[in-house]
Amino acid sequence: MSKKQKRMLFRIILASALLIGIRVTQKLLSDSGIKEPVWFLLYLIPYLVIGYDILKKAGKGILNRQVFDENFLMAIATVGAIAIALIGKTGDYIEAVAVMLFYQIGELFQSYAVGKSRRNISALMDIRPDYANLEENGEVRKADPDEVAPGSIILVKPGEKIPIDGTIVEGRTTLNTSALTGESIPREVNIGDEVISGCINMTGVIRVKTSREFGESTVSKILELVENSSSRKSRSENFISKFAKYYTPAVCIGALALAVLPPVISLIMGNPAAWGRWIYRALTFLVISCPCALVISIPLTFFAGIGGASRAGILVKGSNYLEQLSKTGIVAMDKTGTMTKGVFEVSGIHHSLMEDEKLLEIAAHAESFSTHPIAKSIRDAYLSGRFRKDASCEKPEIRAERVTSVEEIGGNGISAVVDGKQVLAGNTKLMERFGIEPIACHHVGTIVHVAVDGTYAGHILISDMVKPTSKEAIRKLGAAGVSRTVVLTGDAANVAQKVASELGISEIRAELMPADKVTEVERLLREKKNGETLVFVGDGINDAPVLSRADIGIAMGALGSDAAIEAADVVLMDDDPVKIAKSIGIARKCMRIVYENIVFAIGVKVLCLILGALGMANMWMAIFADVGVMVLAVLNAIRALFVKRV
Amino acid sequence: MKKTYRIEVDCANCANKMQEAAKKTEGVKDAVVNFMTLKMNVEFEDGADEKAVMKAVLKNCKKVEDDCEIYL
Repeated sequence: MSKKQKRMLFRIILASALLIGIRVTQKLLSDSGIKEPVWFLLYLIPYLVIGYDILKKAGKGILNRQVFDENFLMAIATVGAIAIALIGKTGDYIEAVAVMLFYQIGELFQSYAVGKSRRNISALMDIRPDYANLEENGEVRKADPDEVAPGSIILVKPGEKIPIDGTIVEGRTTLNTSALTGESIPREVNIGDEVISGCINMTGVIRVKTSREFGESTVSKILELVENSSSRKSRSENFISKFAKYYTPAVCIGALALAVLPPVISLIMGNPAAWGRWIYRALTFLVISCPCALVISIPLTFFAGIGGASRAGILVKGSNYLEQLSKTGIVAMDKTGTMTKGVFEVSGIHHSLMEDEKLLEIAAHAESFSTHPIAKSIRDAYLSGRFRKDASCEKPEIRAERVTSVEEIGGNGISAVVDGKQVLAGNTKLMERFGIEPIACHHVGTIVHVAVDGTYAGHILISDMVKPTSKEAIRKLGAAGVSRTVVLTGDAANVAQKVASELGISEIRAELMPADKVTEVERLLREKKNGETLVFVGDGINDAPVLSRADIGIAMGALGSDAAIEAADVVLMDDDPVKIAKSIGIARKCMRIVYENIVFAIGVKVLCLILGALGMANMWMAIFADVGVMVLAVLNAIRALFVKRV
Repeated sequence: MKKTYRIEVDCANCANKMQEAAKKTEGVKDAVVNFMTLKMNVEFEDGADEKAVMKAVLKNCKKVEDDCEIYL
């Protein structure tokens, strides 16, 4: 609790004790003949203890012509209640004091709850590094991350955050990326790997050569994004602040009418006016007129929702996007890099005359000097040992001395001598050129045929792999109520068809140029139902125009990609497609809570207004309605923070 | 030009009132007060003197909510 809050707590306790003490004394001495205004003056003490600042603010409000200020209204209501008790000689001062007391308890709770969730959420995003261990002239000193120039060498010890993006030049370690991605599995990194600021170094000491300034580093970009996120207000937030603007004056006018009209009508009809009763009811109105419960719970919900989402590795750039995301009807997505890994991997070895592993070994050696991505994927597959039958034998390695007379044959493949045998590795044209009959592959992908000493030895299939979670992601999208899922891709139709059927997606548009994707999205935008939104998911690198054209652009795997963070409305920190459905789920939960709070808070207030006008609710009930609703609405709002099981 | 200021205010409705007051200040094109992060984003009119404008913003905010503070 802050100092201010502690002081308020003390005042609340003091005023409560005084109030109870006076009340008990009054009961005990009821026959003693102590007369007014003694009790009035005694009750004034706790009233002033708890309410002096409200009265002061009310006074200042009048000077500044702020008539509908809630301080002013509370002051009028309680002073009015005391006046009625005094004039009507009922002696019921306790009500006015209690109303002021509960009002202050409510305010204290609100300020405590908001402060607490504010701190909680900032703690979630506590990825800002405080210092960097800068290495200069052989010495290491703690420096402000801001003053570290790109290209400097920094030292990151276990337990420290990586302060600036860079590349490891020495050491190996495991990194905890959970603060950035929500992914709890640690990531292994080695010399030459790029590391991203904000990750926590867990096991070993590493030396990192920085590649950017701190201000341009991932961690700064993310913090900037999160800190500015709730500035983009949603329609519900704007609705509620507009509502609050009219609600208070409307209730006040209602109160005035209630105080004046019924007595006047009653007088005209020849009955007694009963001013006291109607003024009391009007004062009850004023107690309910404070809009704070409503006004606080909606932004708090969005704030908690955005905070919860960022804990799950989903950055939402504003509450308006959360609102739109909850209405997702159509999801259009890019294929490469979004549903697939976007890197080429050996996915199969067919028609091999020898063991698969042996064929791969020969091909990897033949391709050992090539920089082509296909060659790299063959080497990676061999080195990873994925195709080995017997995992116990020694680790595969590529030994350059086994390879001689390497020759690249213009765009068709490679000819080399491996272990003294003539090896050809390449496409169909290469085989035909050497008079070898290749066996065609019925799978989709890039085929590398291999021939040894003039005989066909089999082929290696290389294709883009579907991410392991893609299928589940599509299923979850359906379960989340997304009516259409469409794949937009620049790839060949048969490749796209294969991926789509593997994932269970029926709608595909293949062979699209980047500009065609925009046209496709525009067509989908026209086709969508009213009130639905269209989400486009891409890996952000060349999808920027589409990301901004769709209602909501989601960029995934965006760690370190500035363009994606700029263009998208929602950024998925890792490249897990399941997060698409999760972000929609979080948005839906958040909006559900928002509507619950709006309906609940307005509903209870309107009910109390009606009961108050009919004389069935007194001021006690009014203040409980006001404070109680706020407490419940705030607690409900905080629920949006919990997103684990969405 | 846009700038962000840290603010201090107690209740959400007061924050809304500050936003209204800031918006009405001369030289301010648009203002957004964020109660949850206690920040005020101000977009200035072209050629406005931000220091003078912010002084006026603070004065106007104090008028509607005595208890508020803007850290300039």
